[in-house]
Amino acid sequence: MRRYWYYPGCSGHASARDYQRSVALISPALGLDLVEVEDWNCCGTTAMTSVEPRLSVVLSARNLALAEEAGGRADLVVTCNSCYAILRRAQEQYARRREVRAEVDEALAGIGRRYSGTVRVRHLLEVLVRDVGLDALRERVRRPLSGLRLAPYYGCLLGRPRNDFEDPEEPLSMDRLLEATGATVVRFDRKSKCCGGALITTHEEAALELVREVLSEAAAREARAVVTACPMCQFNLDAYQAKVNAAFGTRLRLPVLYFSQVLGLSLGFGASELGLGQRFVPVGGVGKL
Amino acid sequence: MSEVRIAVYVCHCGTNIADKVDVAGVREFARRLPGVEVARDYQYMCADPGQELLRSDIRERGINRVVVASCSPRMHEATFRQVLESAGLNGYLFEMANIREHCSWVTEESELATHKARALVAAAVKRVRFHAPLEERYVEVNQKALVVGGGIAGIEAALKIARAGKKVWLVERGPSIGGKMAGLDKTFPTLDCSACILTPKMVEAAQHPKITLLSYSEVEGVDGYVGNFQVTVRRKARYVREEDCTGCGTCYQKCPKKVPSEFDGGLSHRKAIYVPFPQAVPNVPVIDRSNCIRFQTGRCGACEKFCPRDAVDFEQEDEFLTLEVGAVIVATGYETFQPQEAPQWGWGRYENVLTARQLERLVNASGPTGGKVLLRRDGEFTDEVPKSVAVLHCIGSRDENYYPYCSRLCCMASLKLAHLIREKTGAQVYSFYIDIRSAGKGYEEFYTRVQAEGIQFIRGKGAEVLERDGQLYVHAEDTLLGAYREVPVDMVVLSTAVTPAPGAERVAQIFGIQRGQDGFFLESHPKLEPLKTATEGIYIVGCCQGPKDIPDSVAQGAGGAAEVLSLLTAGRVQISPVVAEIDAEACSGCKVCVPLCPYSAIKYDEERGACGVNEALCKGCGTCVASCPSGALSCRHFTDEQIYAQIEEVSSL
Amino acid sequence: MTESFEPRIVGFLCNWCSYAGADLAGVSRLKYPANLRIIRVMCSGRVEPSFILKAFRDGADGVLVAGCHPGDCHYMEGNYKTMRRWVMIEGILEDFGVEKGRFRLAWVSASEGDRFAALVREMVEDVRRLGPFRLPEGTPDQATLAVAAGGGGSGA
Repeated sequence: MRRYWYYPGCSGHASARDYQRSVALISPALGLDLVEVEDWNCCGTTAMTSVEPRLSVVLSARNLALAEEAGGRADLVVTCNSCYAILRRAQEQYARRREVRAEVDEALAGIGRRYSGTVRVRHLLEVLVRDVGLDALRERVRRPLSGLRLAPYYGCLLGRPRNDFEDPEEPLSMDRLLEATGATVVRFDRKSKCCGGALITTHEEAALELVREVLSEAAAREARAVVTACPMCQFNLDAYQAKVNAAFGTRLRLPVLYFSQVLGLSLGFGASELGLGQRFVPVGGVGKL
Repeated sequence: MSEVRIAVYVCHCGTNIADKVDVAGVREFARRLPGVEVARDYQYMCADPGQELLRSDIRERGINRVVVASCSPRMHEATFRQVLESAGLNGYLFEMANIREHCSWVTEESELATHKARALVAAAVKRVRFHAPLEERYVEVNQKALVVGGGIAGIEAALKIARAGKKVWLVERGPSIGGKMAGLDKTFPTLDCSACILTPKMVEAAQHPKITLLSYSEVEGVDGYVGNFQVTVRRKARYVREEDCTGCGTCYQKCPKKVPSEFDGGLSHRKAIYVPFPQAVPNVPVIDRSNCIRFQTGRCGACEKFCPRDAVDFEQEDEFLTLEVGAVIVATGYETFQPQEAPQWGWGRYENVLTARQLERLVNASGPTGGKVLLRRDGEFTDEVPKSVAVLHCIGSRDENYYPYCSRLCCMASLKLAHLIREKTGAQVYSFYIDIRSAGKGYEEFYTRVQAEGIQFIRGKGAEVLERDGQLYVHAEDTLLGAYREVPVDMVVLSTAVTPAPGAERVAQIFGIQRGQDGFFLESHPKLEPLKTATEGIYIVGCCQGPKDIPDSVAQGAGGAAEVLSLLTAGRVQISPVVAEIDAEACSGCKVCVPLCPYSAIKYDEERGACGVNEALCKGCGTCVASCPSGALSCRHFTDEQIYAQIEEVSSL
Repeated sequence: MTESFEPRIVGFLCNWCSYAGADLAGVSRLKYPANLRIIRVMCSGRVEPSFILKAFRDGADGVLVAGCHPGDCHYMEGNYKTMRRWVMIEGILEDFGVEKGRFRLAWVSASEGDRFAALVREMVEDVRRLGPFRLPEGTPDQATLAVAAGGGGSGA
């Protein structure tokens, strides 16, 4: 078993409990020992990044410091694209900008902590594709998802700010991972477009249009489901699908799953233990494969 | 050594130095330094009256060492050395203190700048005491020249040199000369036919008795120095004997293997044995080994069977030539940004999204559609003409995610394409731009003309191209309307950035050329030495130095030829006396220095039991000097005591 | 004490890349602290260990050596020699009690004026933080230093 520190993020304990549950199921089966960081706090996302940008960095840095203190030189694994982007941005600012470093050091010293900048922040997708490896994944598939057409939806944050893992415009890791389960991955031009994010609460009209764009293409490409790697994307595409239909007269009915759930199905876990019941748009036949 | 009498001149450089540095204060400081006889400050030391000051002091005050505190020695060291010589003093009895580039221009506070200037002047004064007169050396200049790259700039350079009666080797990497210009349809702003004006020059270059064309060849290495370069060229195997081939074309008619044509940007096919385009020079095919059935499987051989002249030769091997030349012009051109790196613009995703270079082939009568602008479906051209076309400027240019610079030629090229599309199809054409840059003779007028033709200009960079229900949409922020727009079109043309040519890094290393941050070759001075490089005798012309349009490339080609001709015509060239020397008495013969010299200039002499430096080969880097355990090696003009003198002053002041 | 401390830093810059890069910083009017004094050498490969020791001995608080980027040397491979030699120089300087932040080897090309200015700013800040350089007690005199530096000989 390979040891990693795990940072579930706020949504992991709330709206995306099913995501976290499926991750908890599949990771031991793939040789990953994900240990939740104790006493973690919000990564400092969304409103905080624009209203109190420095505080946002301090919040992230505290989480990073906790992972470092936990020791073992293990990487910090996150499952939320937003947490991923925010934590890495904090790291980068800390490394590059002296004034940020000074501020963060001072704030952390105030609570008796220290961040050295050594811990690596990684998305679970990267760990699966690079550390576990696609060949190993393929070997463990017990129930190949042959014939299942899936649209991989990455959202806008996985490759931004630029990193060595994903291309901001043409991400591919989830395509490869889903192919490894035996599923058919459809071409999906809007795979890295915005889901509307937090606009869904402040400017719903604009956000619904974005959701419609993404879902319409997936439907036009005859996908049976959309697969995401981010709780925010999942929520917008799933919970607001009915509203999109009402607003635009569309008849979309696309279940929106997490890649961990799809992977779980192929590894032989059951739909309910993977949390597939907790959907706004029912998964229907997808879960019975 | 006779008594040292030093003159120090502190230059104001107008206000460039004097605004920040207290020049009078530095002058007074210098006056009190040991050995200083004269100290002056003056407005412009490099101007005639400044030079005259120096001359008269040398003559009338018995000055035998000179320090000028002004700009960078990379700027004016040669100027002042000549002034010394003209007054009868050896030019090496001179030292510059760089109080402009390294002091007044980079320092915020006056007081600190003045203090720093004092330290630099003190160091120069102390150093110059130890200077010794050095004699310039001259070497003969080989009367042949090499031009690398057979695009329009290289062709122009080769022709100009050849017409002056000098022998030229023209080396081209590809199977044909002609470069990027050969792939263009019309040229802006006159709309004359690119091929019509280029091909006569290509033919002349191939036939000129003073030019030897080496196509399908690459430079592998360069040795020697200005006036005397030895260049190794690899002639890649064509698998067709040039001397036997008549260019009849039977071989590529018979070849069964189709490959996407590079020349047509993948919009048509060529064969595995091919000439890149009908007007190729030389008109001799090459076999693309990686796609040839014979080479891959051992079967086929159709070209060999059908060749009426038995010119196909599968056994041919790469050959190596060594050329002896006096000067080199590098004209290795450019590439365009490959938009598959940026899928947001839909290239490679949607078949009716084309690059500007692909569209050049579509509108060209010898292109894949015979000059018609047609839509594609399922990989094939249809008969359908687009009703609306978007031309997107600045794809990859002026974009910090890709290339921050302006590619300079694409605004005009885009306008030209917009005009041609409109003319050929009557389509509604949208031009998405950030700014229109139409600086050039007749360029603004062309822009006005295209506007009047009904092209729609949308001021906003095309952000992305997406398909919805089979229709392409260009997304952009229209910054004049202040609105976000999605414009439905049938075809999109991407004006992609001009980038350094693939292999530019290697070319730079082979020829000792520096590259700028953008990856293009660096000229030795951006204003006054646009064609020279840091290596004497090696010149750069055309787009390898940065994006340029055709007239500028041609002018540079001719300019490079003028540089070469002035070098060759002079017949001999001065080379620096700054070389290493060995005190044979002190040398223990340990040979530590021998393998350190990249030019193999140091040899061990068995008889004397000591090493010796071949001055003709030594370039004066001084690496050997720093390694000598017995202190027997020294470098003229960069001796230990000279550098120690500088260290003492700058470390303590 | 460090309030008014203006460190003296001696820079040995190769003529083709780094000196030209410093010129470009000037032409671009980029501002950096006045603490660096530049000595031009044709190639960073010319820099002998004794130059650096002498600078510290004569009052410098820091020493910068800068040359062309690896692969770009005007003399093909002088900077590789510098790189190899640097390992040894670091050892000597540490033996003499010179703190790490006081000496630096950097690659600056002729087009990197901004990088050069940033490098100087950073180095001045580092040296300022370390305070004035003092030879440790019992440091050998000039003659011994020269012997230690092998009269310039580093065996490359």
